[in-house]
Amino acid sequence: MSIENKEFKPKIVAFCCNWCSYAGADLAGSSRLAYPADVKIIRVPCSCRVNPMFVLRAFEKGADGVILCGCHPGDCHYTTGNYYTRRRMSLLFSMLDFIGVENGRTRVEWVSAAEGVKFSTTMNDFAKKIHSLGENVRLGDIRCKN
Amino acid sequence: MQRIGVFVCHCGSNIAATVDVEKVVEYAKLEPGVVHAEDYQYMCSEAGQMKIAEAVKDKNLTGIVVCSCSPRMHETTFRNAAKRAGINPYMVEIANIREHCSWIHKDIEEGTEKAVILARAAIAKVNLNAPLEPGESRVTKRALVIGGGIAGIQTALDIADAGYEVDIVEKTPSIGGRMSQLDKTFPTLDCSACILTPKMVEAAAHEKVNIYTYSEVDKVSGFVGDFTVDIKKKARSVDMDKCTGCGVCSEKCPMKKTPSEFNRGLENRSAIYTPFAQAIPNVPVIDRENCIMFKTGKCGVCSKVCQAGAIDYEQQDEIITENYGAIVVATGFDTIKLDDFDEYAYNQSKDVITSLELERVMNAAGPTKGHLERLSDGKAPKEIVFIQCVGSRDVTCRGKEYCSKICCMYTAKHAMLIRDKYPDVNVTVFYIDVRTPGKNFDEFYRRAVEEYQVNYIKGQVGKVMPQADGKLLVQGVDLLDNRQILKEADMVVLATAIEPEAGVRKIATMLTASIDTNDFLTEAHPKLRPVESPTAGVFLSGVCQGPKDIPETVAQAGAAAVKAIGLLAKDKLMTNPCTAKADELLCNGCSTCANVCPYGAITYEEKEINDHGIRENRRVAAVNTALCQGCGACTVTCPSGAMDLQGFSNRQILAEVDAICR
Repeated sequence: MSIENKEFKPKIVAFCCNWCSYAGADLAGSSRLAYPADVKIIRVPCSCRVNPMFVLRAFEKGADGVILCGCHPGDCHYTTGNYYTRRRMSLLFSMLDFIGVENGRTRVEWVSAAEGVKFSTTMNDFAKKIHSLGENVRLGDIRCKN
Repeated sequence: MQRIGVFVCHCGSNIAATVDVEKVVEYAKLEPGVVHAEDYQYMCSEAGQMKIAEAVKDKNLTGIVVCSCSPRMHETTFRNAAKRAGINPYMVEIANIREHCSWIHKDIEEGTEKAVILARAAIAKVNLNAPLEPGESRVTKRALVIGGGIAGIQTALDIADAGYEVDIVEKTPSIGGRMSQLDKTFPTLDCSACILTPKMVEAAAHEKVNIYTYSEVDKVSGFVGDFTVDIKKKARSVDMDKCTGCGVCSEKCPMKKTPSEFNRGLENRSAIYTPFAQAIPNVPVIDRENCIMFKTGKCGVCSKVCQAGAIDYEQQDEIITENYGAIVVATGFDTIKLDDFDEYAYNQSKDVITSLELERVMNAAGPTKGHLERLSDGKAPKEIVFIQCVGSRDVTCRGKEYCSKICCMYTAKHAMLIRDKYPDVNVTVFYIDVRTPGKNFDEFYRRAVEEYQVNYIKGQVGKVMPQADGKLLVQGVDLLDNRQILKEADMVVLATAIEPEAGVRKIATMLTASIDTNDFLTEAHPKLRPVESPTAGVFLSGVCQGPKDIPETVAQAGAAAVKAIGLLAKDKLMTNPCTAKADELLCNGCSTCANVCPYGAITYEEKEINDHGIRENRRVAAVNTALCQGCGACTVTCPSGAMDLQGFSNRQILAEVDAICR
């Protein structure tokens, strides 16, 4: 019997706010600062638009990591949005940790429009972390599995 | 069901080199709703946009996905193309397969796979898009300029000349800014005051310009076209209407121990003071922290000597609330603190000064009345060493990574002026590189070297050591000769890095304008929109955006003014239709959404609701679309899930999540 040695290709969903982090990701791109293709970005107007439901859905659908990026505290385009994000997500993440989705799989980062380098290093670091944690099996909808 | 067209751009080889665009087209065709997919060299070109229009017509499309560069680049282009082709512009979604894909991945297989997934997400979203119509908002035809230096003055004058009211808010007691502290300006060696003061006077006299000095922006609310700003007018303790500007109060003030900000602390000023002779307005302020009257309640000399009776110790800070259509930030710069640069002995020796201090020393109104002398003993220096890049191009955490841009030129200016006026003084400049791009700049620098025999040494200075005899021993290295240099100097001048003025972070936060890691304000696009902040209605003028010399600052100030005028000239603005919307059937009127809304856009109304045949009066949320900016905070906070954001709806984002995780 042989153990199938399939390479682990994580699915990482990155929610980026339109004003800072999405622009930071654009800058990472135009500066050719590579990060793994496993990271797929969804644009939202503000990090506070990210409903905990979206994060849960991502894990349920097989995501191995979810990261939210917004403007630095105090610099939110909508003044206070990222403060809500910070509070909502710390609650959600601790709950997720409790049910077995480790804290390493979820992250909130502040990346400004000028921080292409930070965006790239953050994504590299996060992808590395997800690689080390392996596949998310806790929240995935098992009916979706083969 | 939507009829979606997918258009994949090669962007020359920018995308096509790492993404197999044909494969993206092939896979896109398999997605639900897609009735057309094609690729083209440059989708944003006239021909590319034509292709979209044709497909809309031929295939009767209802939605469009463009797989191309960032939506921040060309979303508007493609929305307009869709509009021309007869589709609602908000039926367009962009899959960013350039910045977020082809430019960061090298492997074509990996790039293609990701591009397919990003396209899939955009298609899934468009399937749920609905046509949106922008609303209208009014424009207040008045501009605010924050900062009264040359940048702010120039911007204000240009806006005022176009016929719009402008307010300048300046935190110091006078307008004029850093330029008023300079002695001469490169590359023409004009006297700074001679070219600046007429502009200051013009601004003060202009009927459309209103100047608030000794004032700060306290609070900003609203949005493009309709900002509401609280300006805090600090108590001057002098009645501006009564004061004649005679100056007797400052002369008689017994408290003369406060370092003069204007003279960079090289001289003391009185507690009641005007910063400099040509100050505008020529009305002194009482520095309450240092005034004996305010500290002990016993003095009142100024009040006694004031013939006009203008002194008012009871004056209070005043808040002025004003509406503006546009805001220009022109907050300028300061030099960095040198506390971490012990090797230059700046804090040990009075004869080690910064270049801005040298400007004051060389200025006729400065602490030495324009005589070049050592500040320690008043002796005329014979040997002066200039050190370049003090804190600039410094990758350690104590300095700044960027080039301060103006230092090479002003050092050449200083060297030249000194050699011109005092031919027996030797001038040595230690530099890393001499950077003199600019009209007549290199010629200017060469004059310093060739005509004035300024000794330029390529190399850095490691240490400045004050000697017992008062001399300064400069230890440096000559990189071209590859040798150590020990040089005895009478004076050392440090070309200190510049950084944004200290208060800029607070202002940026109030304006929700983005700022970079060095606290320079970020422009909307580094090449194509250099004077606009990403925040609509906020414009950037001068060094607050990045290091600049005076000609560049004035040019940028004019550019910022034009952008502001372009906004003020409009009567109405189209508002973003991506606003929140409450589902009245689900809403239970709990007010949770109104509590998190930063714009006060949510109100409640009593309304008859037809809930599946049951008619009853309910309290439901109503969104004022003119106020809503579309952040989506309310959508997440709503416990009953009644609030949704148009253009970024729950279903749309979930569809994207599903498409990515499939």
